[in-house]
Amino acid sequence: MRYVLRRILHGSLLLTGVSVLTFAFTQLAPGDYYSEMRVDPTVAPETVDALRHRAGLDRPWPVRYAAWAGSVLKGDFGYSLAYGEPVAPLVRERLGATLLLAGTATLAAWLLAIPLGICYATRRGWQEALAGAATAVLLIIPDLLLALVALLAAVETRWFPAGGMASADGSSMGVAARMEDVARHLVLPAGVLAIGMLPMLLRHVRAAMRDAMDSGFARSARAQGIPPLRLLVRHLLPAAANPLVSLFGLSLGGLLSASLLVEVIMGWPGLGPLLVDAIMARDMAVVLAVALLAAAFLIVGNLAADLLLYRLDPRIRAGK
Amino acid sequence: MKRWPLLSALLVLAAIHAAAILANRLAPYAYDEQNRDCVYAPPSRVHWDGTRLVVYGLRQEAGGGYREDPTRRYPLRFLVRGRLVGVDPPGTLFFLGTDGFGRDVFSRVLYGGRISLMTGLLAAALAVGIGWMLGTAAGFFGGWADEVLMRGSELFLALPWLYLLLAVRAFLPLYIGPVQAFLLLVGIIGGVGWVRPARLVRGVALSARERPFVLAARGFGAGPAYLLRRHIVPFTLPVALTQASVLIPQYILAEVTLSFLGLGVGEPVPTWGNMLAEARRFDALTLHPWLLAPGLAAVPVLLGYLVLSDTFAAGGSQQKY
Repeated sequence: MRYVLRRILHGSLLLTGVSVLTFAFTQLAPGDYYSEMRVDPTVAPETVDALRHRAGLDRPWPVRYAAWAGSVLKGDFGYSLAYGEPVAPLVRERLGATLLLAGTATLAAWLLAIPLGICYATRRGWQEALAGAATAVLLIIPDLLLALVALLAAVETRWFPAGGMASADGSSMGVAARMEDVARHLVLPAGVLAIGMLPMLLRHVRAAMRDAMDSGFARSARAQGIPPLRLLVRHLLPAAANPLVSLFGLSLGGLLSASLLVEVIMGWPGLGPLLVDAIMARDMAVVLAVALLAAAFLIVGNLAADLLLYRLDPRIRAGK
Repeated sequence: MKRWPLLSALLVLAAIHAAAILANRLAPYAYDEQNRDCVYAPPSRVHWDGTRLVVYGLRQEAGGGYREDPTRRYPLRFLVRGRLVGVDPPGTLFFLGTDGFGRDVFSRVLYGGRISLMTGLLAAALAVGIGWMLGTAAGFFGGWADEVLMRGSELFLALPWLYLLLAVRAFLPLYIGPVQAFLLLVGIIGGVGWVRPARLVRGVALSARERPFVLAARGFGAGPAYLLRRHIVPFTLPVALTQASVLIPQYILAEVTLSFLGLGVGEPVPTWGNMLAEARRFDALTLHPWLLAPGLAAVPVLLGYLVLSDTFAAGGSQQKY
């Protein structure tokens, strides 16, 4: 229990650190929203100063950070100048879309990687070489190229909708039809993400399985005549689970980065396109909110992996 | 350990880097040379007419496509005007077709490789350089320096890599010249990327500090400067090199991604990323698939570095036993 509390405390401290850092960075950047007015000769410098005073921009940045952090804790992320509406609802909707995409892709990738990885680990000779070559080929195809080619294929074959999250007439459908519509739109981006993640996962699953298979306990179990399936499920998988659970936490960051790119290319209305548009529009409130959410996502994912590891691995429970 | 994968990987990498460096000799056209009557021309086909290699003239069709006109023939000329190969105007030679401005995609891929490959190399050098110094210092001296490095690096690792890159990019000026943009990219990617090499090097330096030969040298009265120079830095060299071979392709992709998103080097200077941005419009993509060429050009580079890093990693794990 103390371990759990310590991990949670560590995670929240980390999140606070990230928020201080990103906020400080916005302040270090030269100029603010009112800087351009200074260039305008028809606006008196006193007016600009008054405006900045009213917006609170003349206070030192730690004070402003405290005000900002206070409102974030209340769920208020400020006001987007580009969209002309509060950031919080805007970001909430986008976060849902990213979670749906990333969650589906992670699930698909792991469901593929574990059986394939076990298969890969048990093969020797030419089959192993072939599987190695296939993973290497998958590994070197950039996500960017994969997404573009998938888009090309979708447009050519018309099997899947090319881009977006819902059809234009989606709002007129019933709930079931709308869910099916979103699912059809989800296949392509989630597929690209899963394929992008797969080779890295495969290599790790194989390495973990090989370690477990080559260890002494596995050999003695095999010698005692434990049937292969039972050996796999009861002995090898639990032993191989430890590095894989850590990998789950570590791979989340890569997944979110890949997801950003896929979202932009496929027009999936997630956090990625929002961040890119906000950067183009100099919309700092949105940039801050998205960065913070991405960090929160990653930290929570790592926390979940840590806690799962704590449940699974008695060595950690006894050690700490 | 078989040697041919490593050797062929090095050969491929050397060839591609040489092609990018020699772009001004190898490319038939300059990167910004526009042929306004040949917009979205398909890749030229080279024919053998019995005595020499020729390309046919292109005739624009009513529907927007192009058709070859076998009555007009232009011979390929080698080593003229300081370029490897070209044809005399009005003939055109587009090995990989042209883009929306009638610019030769092949030439632009070569020139674009300069920026994309250079960004990867320089940013990786910067990241590994900073990471190596900080990691060695933290691992060797320990104490508060180590604490600060480890806690500080956690902050960097708490953001997904691409989000971190974009967040830093967000606070810097948007519209800048190509040279500044290039330096900015190298600075951002390298400045954000030092964390992983630093943590890895720190771990190795930490274990090196307790090795018997280091303890023995210390016992003979060796000072920290001597220990670092003679033992710790050479000991961490393999891990730093492996990191570099992992990071270079990752950073090439980072440049491609940022330029693709319009946050890197801008037109008319080509990079593989901003060239792919044109392929993003899928009407362009279905009609002119040759616009994907810069993405394909990245594949052998990534393969080369993958083989390189796998070899380094395998060498490292053998060394342990």
